[in-house]
Amino acid sequence: MNWLDTILQGVLLGGLYALFAAGLSLVFGIMRLVNLAHGDLIVVAAFLILVLVTGLGLNPFLAALVALPVMFAAGWALQYFILNRTLGDDILPPLLVTFGLSIVIQNALLEGFSADSRRVPAGSLETMSLPLGPVTVGVMPLLTFLSAIAVIVVLNQIFYRTALGRAFRATSDDMVTAGLMGVEPKRIFATATGIAMVVVTIAALYLGTRANFDPTIGPARLIYAFEAVIIGGLGSLWGTLLGGIIIGVAQTVGAAVNPEWQILAGHLAFLIVLLVRPRGLFPRAID
Amino acid sequence: MLETVGLTAFYGDFQALFGVDLSLRVGETVAIIGANGAGKSTLMRSISGVIANGRAAIRFEGEAIGDLPAAKVVARGIAMVPEGRRLFASLSVEENLLMGNYGRKVDGPWTLGSVYDLFPILKERRDQSSTSLSGGQQQMVAIGRALMSNPRVLLCDEISLGLAPVVIRDIYAAFPRIKASGASIIIVEQDIGQAMKVADRVYCMMEGKVTLEGRAGDLSRDAIHAAYFGVHA
Amino acid sequence: MPQWGIETKTRASRAFLSVAAIVVAAGIAAPLFLSRSTIQDLFFILTMLVLAQCWNLLAGYAGLVSVGQQAFVGFGAYAMFACVSLAGFDPLIAIVLGGVAATLLSLPLGFFVFRLQGAYFAIGTWVVAEVVRLLLAQWRALGGGTGTSLPNTATRDMWAARLVADLLGVRSAQALDILTYWLALLLACLTMGFIYWLLRTRQGLGLAAIRDNQEAARSVGVDAASLKWAVYVSVAFVTGVCGALIYVQKARISPDAAFSVIDWTAYVIFIVVIGGIGTLEGPIVGVIVFFLLQNTLADYGSWYLLVLGLIGIGVMLFAPRGLWGLFTDRTGIQFFPVRRRLVKRQEDASTDALQGGRDG
Repeated sequence: MNWLDTILQGVLLGGLYALFAAGLSLVFGIMRLVNLAHGDLIVVAAFLILVLVTGLGLNPFLAALVALPVMFAAGWALQYFILNRTLGDDILPPLLVTFGLSIVIQNALLEGFSADSRRVPAGSLETMSLPLGPVTVGVMPLLTFLSAIAVIVVLNQIFYRTALGRAFRATSDDMVTAGLMGVEPKRIFATATGIAMVVVTIAALYLGTRANFDPTIGPARLIYAFEAVIIGGLGSLWGTLLGGIIIGVAQTVGAAVNPEWQILAGHLAFLIVLLVRPRGLFPRAID
Repeated sequence: MLETVGLTAFYGDFQALFGVDLSLRVGETVAIIGANGAGKSTLMRSISGVIANGRAAIRFEGEAIGDLPAAKVVARGIAMVPEGRRLFASLSVEENLLMGNYGRKVDGPWTLGSVYDLFPILKERRDQSSTSLSGGQQQMVAIGRALMSNPRVLLCDEISLGLAPVVIRDIYAAFPRIKASGASIIIVEQDIGQAMKVADRVYCMMEGKVTLEGRAGDLSRDAIHAAYFGVHA
Repeated sequence: MPQWGIETKTRASRAFLSVAAIVVAAGIAAPLFLSRSTIQDLFFILTMLVLAQCWNLLAGYAGLVSVGQQAFVGFGAYAMFACVSLAGFDPLIAIVLGGVAATLLSLPLGFFVFRLQGAYFAIGTWVVAEVVRLLLAQWRALGGGTGTSLPNTATRDMWAARLVADLLGVRSAQALDILTYWLALLLACLTMGFIYWLLRTRQGLGLAAIRDNQEAARSVGVDAASLKWAVYVSVAFVTGVCGALIYVQKARISPDAAFSVIDWTAYVIFIVVIGGIGTLEGPIVGVIVFFLLQNTLADYGSWYLLVLGLIGIGVMLFAPRGLWGLFTDRTGIQFFPVRRRLVKRQEDASTDALQGGRDG
């Protein structure tokens, strides 16, 4: 068994989990909303890409490009028309509405696409690999990881370098005063969820091309994403990437020891971090 | 240019304003004075759109704006310096200022440069977190932030609250330049002396009603005292 | 001279008590005149009601929105299976031990999830439930990932089931259904009695105070953390007992079924939300609506859950206090009043209501 290879695969897998998590982290950071349907929305995007690939014969990357604006609009509308109504001091309405949404999405997909496992065909890219010193890495896992880094860089640029990012942070600080500056919080929140759905679509591209998926795998992706966010510390996107890597490495190492322990090892790594650093590895100074 | 017509306002079942009539003319500075709980801040929050009112209760440049939300009110040119400054804690000083013109980008005298000109200390502190500033400097950021939208009307809610007299004097020293830039101003003050110095006209409020109105120079101390405390000498 | 006293009872609640007594009596007698399949339906309704009341106490009263109650259903059930299959206990005793096992499990789980706040608590409970499921799937003696069945003899030889069979002159399989039904009825009554009692005590008032304002509650001496712990642990016990009871009746277990988030948490959440969260009546209304919906839509596969989810979302958005909330808003009727009211009474009136209202 090649441990270096195992760990490297885990790091690259962590990139996928960071992609799952980045949208969740963004939305929570801005409006303190935890979307329990986040994983199911990734699956929706994966099916959308699948339909575009198989129906129109598009290249998966081109299909994802087409899906991006669709998912942005869907996220915008979801937030503007439904989730905004649930925001407030009480945490129950957003949790229960998004939990209901999760069930609705899963069963709508089951009705539309059956319970069969699917995969987005990515042609020769699926099997291509690069020699990297003593180990070889798959091109798709490498692309996933690089995309995760790119997404985090871009999100940080938006957050800290643009007027929109200032409005995100200002609204998160103080909604009423942001309103006095001309910010319409409902639109800002809708835009944030739209951006989160763009990240979700990128995550779905790699979810769909790298492994099989079916309508019911959303909740497990939500859990991985959530674990990455908590390990990294709320509000830190680089922390989220590290959290994803920790989950990913724990899973591949666990699987190398015993294939049945893959998922369990990831969860246990999360619980250990929760035990020793309850606020995550890079907690934000102010919550 | 701005007037309220029989303005009433409620917090839940509690009525805070009982038919307030107020008017502001172009270029004018009006002060609103009154004790705590007189309804001054509620009046400011109503005009700025934080509290929703009947459409016809507030008119601005001939249009009824009483039911507009805050973001639409500021877009029309009414900016507010809120009570307690309310800076954005996770934004730097400069980012706070830049938020000021988020919803209204018009050409005018106020830019980042001219605000730094008005309050030079802010230029030195531009990259600091807004929470690291002194109270007076924070108030300067709050005023500068409101100016960034080049407002037609500037609403200032209790800007001297909690500040030392020398700091208050520094801040009010900026008002002649703000006036000269063409903005009409409404200031809410508990400090009557300060209010009388900068204002052309004064409204005195008590228990949600206007009890006295007049030119700053024409009002006697006794009349203000009576209107302020409800004591009829 | 009129005297003031504190009461929680209302006229409707007194009338309801006698109606409830009749309903319970009819429930006990039901196996004498209802078919076996109806008894099985009633068993299902009663166990869902128990789970719903438990979740309602957690989320609606203690503010602990758990999406991981399947951990306790499954663990209670597995503990019961272990006691019966591996240790040869009588299933009746094993049901109680299932509750004890779930209680013990709640201590380490609580240690983890109470480190998370609000929405993150919710997902945290889900993660730990997954961990428990994955660990039990490693337990080869109980079938590992594929599961196992209770030995036939274990349930047939239960002394209580034999007693029922002899008493009613029915075959052993039917006797088991009747016995588990009676146990479910007992468990439902005890659970609701316990929650009603809890909400009327000082601690219950403390819970309401925490729900309304945690800071203010702390300032008047309510210890929010230990109250939440107490609710979490006692709910784990009842949920574990309920899980064990369900699987005595099912007699076949697998990790995926026993730890199903849909069956033991999603359904339960929809029952409570549709019926009315934060009331004792809500889950009763919810479970009835849920059962009717399930029977109506049973043939439509995943459309059923789709519709249920949409109704849940609709209720949460447009009638957040549920069907029962709509009903009380219109009528003012409450069957389980926990709110204290100041009532004027004559001097010679009995003082038991005063003693009943231990105000905090």
